[in-house]
Amino acid sequence: MKRSSAIITIFKKELYRFFKDRRTVVAILLPGLLIYVIYSVMGGAFSDQFGVDNEFKPNIYSVNTPESIKALTASAEIELKDADSGQQEEIKTQITDENCDLLIIFPEDFDKKVAEYDPTSGTEAPGIEIFYNSASTNSTTAYTMITSLLDSYESSMTNKFDVNHSADIKFDLASERDLTSAIFSMLMPMLLIVLLFSGCLAVAPESIAGEKERGTIASMLITPAKRSDIAIGKILALSLLALISGASSTLGIILSFPKLMGGAVELNGAVYSVTDYLLLAIVILSTVLVLITLTSIVSAFAKSVKEANGYVTPIMIIAMLVGVSGMFGNGASSNHMLYAIPLYNSVQCMIGIFSFDINLINIIVTVAANIVLTALGVLVLTKMFNSEKVMFNK
Amino acid sequence: MEEIIIVKGLTKTFILSAKQQKIEKTNVKVRTAVNNLSFSAYKGEIFGLLGPNGAGKTTTLRMLATLIKPDSGDALIDGYSIVNQSGEVRSKIGFLTSELKLEEFFTPNYLFDFFSALHGIDSETAEKRKKEMFSRFGIDKFAEVKVADLSTGMKQKTSLCISLVHNPDVIIFDEPTNGLDVLTAKVVTDFLVSLKNEGKTIIVSTHIFSLIEKLCDRVGIIIDGGMFVCDTLENVCQGKPLEDRFFDIYSDYCKREDKEI
Ligand SMILES: Nc1ncnc2c1ncn2[C@@H]1O[C@H](COP(=O)(O)OP(=O)(O)OP(=O)(O)O)[C@@H](O)[C@H]1O
Ligand SMILES: [Mg+2]
Repeated sequence: MKRSSAIITIFKKELYRFFKDRRTVVAILLPGLLIYVIYSVMGGAFSDQFGVDNEFKPNIYSVNTPESIKALTASAEIELKDADSGQQEEIKTQITDENCDLLIIFPEDFDKKVAEYDPTSGTEAPGIEIFYNSASTNSTTAYTMITSLLDSYESSMTNKFDVNHSADIKFDLASERDLTSAIFSMLMPMLLIVLLFSGCLAVAPESIAGEKERGTIASMLITPAKRSDIAIGKILALSLLALISGASSTLGIILSFPKLMGGAVELNGAVYSVTDYLLLAIVILSTVLVLITLTSIVSAFAKSVKEANGYVTPIMIIAMLVGVSGMFGNGASSNHMLYAIPLYNSVQCMIGIFSFDINLINIIVTVAANIVLTALGVLVLTKMFNSEKVMFNK
Repeated sequence: MEEIIIVKGLTKTFILSAKQQKIEKTNVKVRTAVNNLSFSAYKGEIFGLLGPNGAGKTTTLRMLATLIKPDSGDALIDGYSIVNQSGEVRSKIGFLTSELKLEEFFTPNYLFDFFSALHGIDSETAEKRKKEMFSRFGIDKFAEVKVADLSTGMKQKTSLCISLVHNPDVIIFDEPTNGLDVLTAKVVTDFLVSLKNEGKTIIVSTHIFSLIEKLCDRVGIIIDGGMFVCDTLENVCQGKPLEDRFFDIYSDYCKREDKEI
């Protein structure tokens, strides 16, 4: 009764402390918000740079415009302004100065010449000259619009056969499931590990090294509360906070992802079942416990928050490397023994879940290994709380 | 008279880190802070530990409070060993020293509840005690102000209340009036007297002679980590002011050291 209440007391105090202080709330939630803002701005910049503006009306002059082309451009809602061949030089200067986008020069009687032309004759085909300015986005866009229009006009005249013409038939047989799983299993494990780790970094050094630095942990150590209870209460509370921080980052990514990709890739998280997500949640939970235990122990060695952050950085790099290693593997590893290795096991389990290659034994080994490791970590942390050399090193 | 605190041959050495050696400009790697120190305190008395700066008072009290472990020796508090039964000792004592800080983000009100819970006190008892203590020290006026925004005196009063949430029988206070004005200091000393009248045993450390003269039944004088004199206040003073006696004792000590060299 008394035992469990000390754990709960510490747990509540840690949560209260982090949510009472505006600075720590910001530290927990800021990464997610930053990711959302940066990705959205980046996505916006991409589509500004490369996307075709629907409102865009190119300023195009054309000499000797044939009737066929007039009809074609009219249906594509592109306006061609007629010009005399005498105005050519003046318009070219305007294009260089970016005051005008394009100059198209058709040969006289273009339609007639095209109709009479025999490709087998070996004589030169009727030519069209288009002047543009590659330094101007508008001019380049107009150039692309006109050339693709002319290309399709040309192929429609000599049309002998079509490939994948029908708009009603779905020719790409790759399912949404395959595409999503390929991208998710490559990116998500690494992302999740990094985000969870930065969640731990936002809370563990502050809570453990910070309390040492400020002398507040000593006040708890002179109470009859068991040091193991203090360790457990802290680890549980910090894990929850790290999860919240990780969730905020993940939410930031999910919400900004469509903006970043500009709708280029259709990803659908709904291809995974509730069971998949449940297993993922279990793996993530056990991973957070390991990460928090690890960062807490390292923080307990440090004399200050600053020092703790320094100690934790190399571990962060190792975690990132393990996460990246998952991007190059060939699906999840099948060797059960490997799932006893912390972090590596989490990455492999996530790959398995995201690529619909779930092996329950591997997940059980992973969760068991992580829980055993956390329990050992609690023992180590308790020993450290009991050690005056660690708690009062100056 | 019942001996409630029995200290037997406590010794504590610190290994000085390179940084500490540099700061203190010394090549000595090991410092003996407390050297084979013994004394007893009786139930219901106020025992004063008197000594110059660096004599080892705080180190002795930290050992009694189980914050650090002695290299050798032991002490029994109400029958529990500080070495082997630290958990029991912690629930018996209330300890106050400047090293124990309160988290700045919390209010006195929250912290009182928090430490009551860590001591395993039911909320009803804790609530009653909080009311009593807070009104006694005037903390009720700033009970909802964050510790960060409190003055030194307010913080010290809060620390004092919180060190006694569990109404312990043995109270160990290290320099309890340090940094307090005369008015606040009087509140504290009056409180210590009333605790004594309730039958509690109190150990205070200080280098303020008048505090000892006013409060203590018995006094131990620590010099260089060793207990030099330990007796009732009258026997130590021998009719002279404590301050004069201290200088006599101190010069005796110096002479003896010289002889030994
Ligand atoms: N953590 C430590 N590391 C190294 N030396 C220490 C440590 N703590 C105390 N000492 C040394 O032990 C000796 C006794 O210190 P202590 O704090 O017990 O003295 P004190 O009697 O409380 O003095 P004061 O009246 O100044 O508070 C001092 O020489 C001090 O430098
Ligand atoms: Mg001291």
